Amino acid sequence: MSPPLLSAEEEGGQSNVSLVSSSPTMDCISQSGSGLKERNYLGLSDCSSVDSSAVSNSSEEKSNNLNLRATELRLGLPGSQSPEREPELCLLKSGKLDEKPLFPLLPSKEGICLSSQKNVVSGNKRGFSDTMDGFSEVKSSMYTEGNWMFQTASDSEASQSVGQGKFSGNSGMNVALSPRPSGAQPAIMKELPTKVLQQERPRGTNGTSHNPKTASNNNNSAPAPKAQVVGWPPIRSFRKNSLATTSKNNDEVDGKPGPGALFVKVSMDGAPYLRKVDLRTYATYQELSTALEKMFSCFTLGQCGSQGAPGREVLSESKLRDLLHGSEYVLTYEDKDGDWMLVGDVPWEMFIDSCKRLKIMKGSDAIGLGMYIFCMSASNMVIIHKILMCNC
Amino acid sequence: MMNYFPDEVLEHVFDFVTSHRDRNAVSLVCKLWYRVDRFSRQRVFIGNCYAISPERLIARFPGVKALTLKGKPHFADFNLVPQDWGGYVQPWIEALARSRIGLEELRLKRMVVSDESLDVLSRSFTNFKSLVLVSCEGFTTDGLAAIAANCRFLRELDLQENEIEEKKNHWLGCFPDSCMSLVSLNFACLKEINLAALERLVARNPNLRSLKLNRAVPLEVLQRILMRAPQLVDLGTGSFVLDHDSDDSETYRKLRATILKCRSIRHLSGFLEVAPRCLPAIYPICLYLTYLNLSYAAGIHGSELIKLIRHCGKLQRLWILDCIGDKGLEVVASTCKDLQELRVFPSDPFGAGHDAVTETGLVAISSGCPKLNSLLYFCQQMTNAALIAVAKNCPNFIRFRLCILDPTKPDPVTMQPLDEGFGAIVQSSKRLRRLSLSGLLTDRVFLYIGMYAEQLEMLSIAFAGESDKGMLYVLNGCKKLRKLEIRDSPFGDSALLRDVGKYETMRSLWMSSCEVTLGGCKTLAEKMPRLNVEIINENDQMEFVHEDSQKVEKMYLYRTLVGPRKDAPEFVWTLE
Repeated sequence: MSPPLLSAEEEGGQSNVSLVSSSPTMDCISQSGSGLKERNYLGLSDCSSVDSSAVSNSSEEKSNNLNLRATELRLGLPGSQSPEREPELCLLKSGKLDEKPLFPLLPSKEGICLSSQKNVVSGNKRGFSDTMDGFSEVKSSMYTEGNWMFQTASDSEASQSVGQGKFSGNSGMNVALSPRPSGAQPAIMKELPTKVLQQERPRGTNGTSHNPKTASNNNNSAPAPKAQVVGWPPIRSFRKNSLATTSKNNDEVDGKPGPGALFVKVSMDGAPYLRKVDLRTYATYQELSTALEKMFSCFTLGQCGSQGAPGREVLSESKLRDLLHGSEYVLTYEDKDGDWMLVGDVPWEMFIDSCKRLKIMKGSDAIGLGMYIFCMSASNMVIIHKILMCNC
Repeated sequence: MMNYFPDEVLEHVFDFVTSHRDRNAVSLVCKLWYRVDRFSRQRVFIGNCYAISPERLIARFPGVKALTLKGKPHFADFNLVPQDWGGYVQPWIEALARSRIGLEELRLKRMVVSDESLDVLSRSFTNFKSLVLVSCEGFTTDGLAAIAANCRFLRELDLQENEIEEKKNHWLGCFPDSCMSLVSLNFACLKEINLAALERLVARNPNLRSLKLNRAVPLEVLQRILMRAPQLVDLGTGSFVLDHDSDDSETYRKLRATILKCRSIRHLSGFLEVAPRCLPAIYPICLYLTYLNLSYAAGIHGSELIKLIRHCGKLQRLWILDCIGDKGLEVVASTCKDLQELRVFPSDPFGAGHDAVTETGLVAISSGCPKLNSLLYFCQQMTNAALIAVAKNCPNFIRFRLCILDPTKPDPVTMQPLDEGFGAIVQSSKRLRRLSLSGLLTDRVFLYIGMYAEQLEMLSIAFAGESDKGMLYVLNGCKKLRKLEIRDSPFGDSALLRDVGKYETMRSLWMSSCEVTLGGCKTLAEKMPRLNVEIINENDQMEFVHEDSQKVEKMYLYRTLVGPRKDAPEFVWTLE
């Protein structure tokens, strides 16, 4: 039995060890003497990057893998897929923690296709597939990944989504491109749900019948298909109730400003569905535009205004005008009076006081509304710049 | 040599031995010391109210003045224990009241307290000074009114996270005008309060050091209270909001001025309702804070939290919500160099995870705060590499509780179980006393725990392990284990029965949704008469199916000197 890695690195003093993102040696040590079965449970043996292994009950391994082949979602660089997995995607783990967000999707007439010019997704993200035409077959599985907050799992994915439902908890509700995987670990999920599922129902009813105070909290913001495990996460009922009370008090009907969340709808021309953002999570226009950019970038074109530079350079007038005359976007909002305004003119506090909903309009439409670029403040130019930036 | 000293000398020496455990050890040295300790002991701690009876307590320690009692098992906090399981304080208070015990302090945790108990308590002990109720239930504000009215020398009334039914009475007004001895008052868990009574109470209690308000106390009242009590050391604000409509600039200005005079505040909590733009008023206090609890302040978002934290250079204990984010934790790491305890709670346990924290934040903290010794961390994910780094940076953990919101999640980078990471923690923190695990875990982690966690007293396991070996490693290796609680893990009879004597060295064992069977529990109960082996079976509305091979849904066993309890409800079956 090999001791944990720590002793091997003992330096006789405290040193500030910063995180080493991927440690293949660690994996080796833990695998070598363990007698645990090494199982590349995502079936990534053909992929270039991964050296993952996982433990699973041997009795269920085979069935797990069999079940998983059809449902697994793997992401990888264009061209890295093995031929037989044409419609499937490889999970690429480069171990980098500074991932770049993925913008895999092109607007298309129906459904969502992928662009082929996107960056590699880091190991921490199991977000979008980044290649592939003919992606529509796996569209549904992507959605059950949870990253798009679609809560209707398709039937074919039922087994996987149930597993996710048990244990993905809140991670399945990730905003698009947030750097945390949705926690779909199908092999592992399969071990436990077979046991937990049987007991889940009685426990579930006990949980609610015996504790009416907390029953209302369990499904606060949890969507329907996610079954909650009783008593998980381990937070005292009192605390759960208290936070629920606070957020209930704060979600006023008409979005009146108060402490707490202030959700407004965000629509984007050409997008098939709207999103909601909590304006109180941002303190400046900058933050808002960055967040919206991330949220909606999947709908933007694959071309960049300026290649890969995340700086604050202000585009020249003419360049901006070119972009505006193209199919790029501006951010507008509807205020209390029902007028559509360009975001960025008023101080932030005043903005969130009066903003009822947001809309990302096509640049040409915006100009058509009379919001000409020369009249915009500097913050607007930055906003437009940011929205138009796509990380290639 | 000590035998030749009069008892008074021994007593005087024992006075300096304050920890319960040390006093217990002292009493075991010899009969003389047992006797001296027995009559001089004033503070008694009973970790499980069913382990002993009140009569035996009174017989052994007739001089007891301060009593701590704990009732339900820890997992009751998470709805795993049905209502009416037990933990009633009534028999204790009645017995103490009948005796000539001069009780002065009572501290209860996870117990069922009735208004009648509080009434009897308030009338039976003339010198009663301190009542602390944590996570209790079963009483109303009528009971509080009795305490207020009858305890003439009350110094402390501390209500933490209790479920209290609030009646229309104004219990706070029941404190007589002659009551001027209050030092500590905490009613943050209530929803209502009589504001006028509160202000009057604060005005006539100049010794008040700790005051924790509830959300019904608005900012204007807080300001007036602080004017009256600038000597406060521990403050829990109620509502920290200014209406847009009211004349807020004046109030805000007054608040700021008043706060500047409160130079003694070292602990700050509350903010149950908060308008972030009011927060700068407390920046002057932040400089001196050693304890900051914002774990109920759902209204403060990440960026504002960060601005606040930047002022808190002397923090030793920080309780916060995960909306602070990894970036916010980096700010904590660079600002709070004296940090010893950190608790990060999930702001939205079942919802979107975009505000949450990950391993990055924890590593940053460990890097910047090497004095960290107590951690409770709810996060989206964790990696082995991060845990190893944390273990190296902070070798002083006494409490380490990690809760990954997805309870069986592996290391997302390597897809490995988190065995190695937790192994590193237990190996490096040699004084670790409490550990909670989560994430994907095999038997291996338990091997590490058994090998290295020599001081471990409490272990919480959920959805972990692969076989009985895991549990055996722990039972075999952790010599100081007192409380073991396990849920949804594949440990069965063979682990349970391997070393039955072990359980008499422990306070309790909880196992739910594991593999233990009725037969196994029966065997254990037969072999160990001084254990109560309770089966909690809520599912069968009908009779128990007496099949020994049937798996037991919930089992709770604990050592006891007084046999099966007589107040067990129908769904609890104590095996004999």
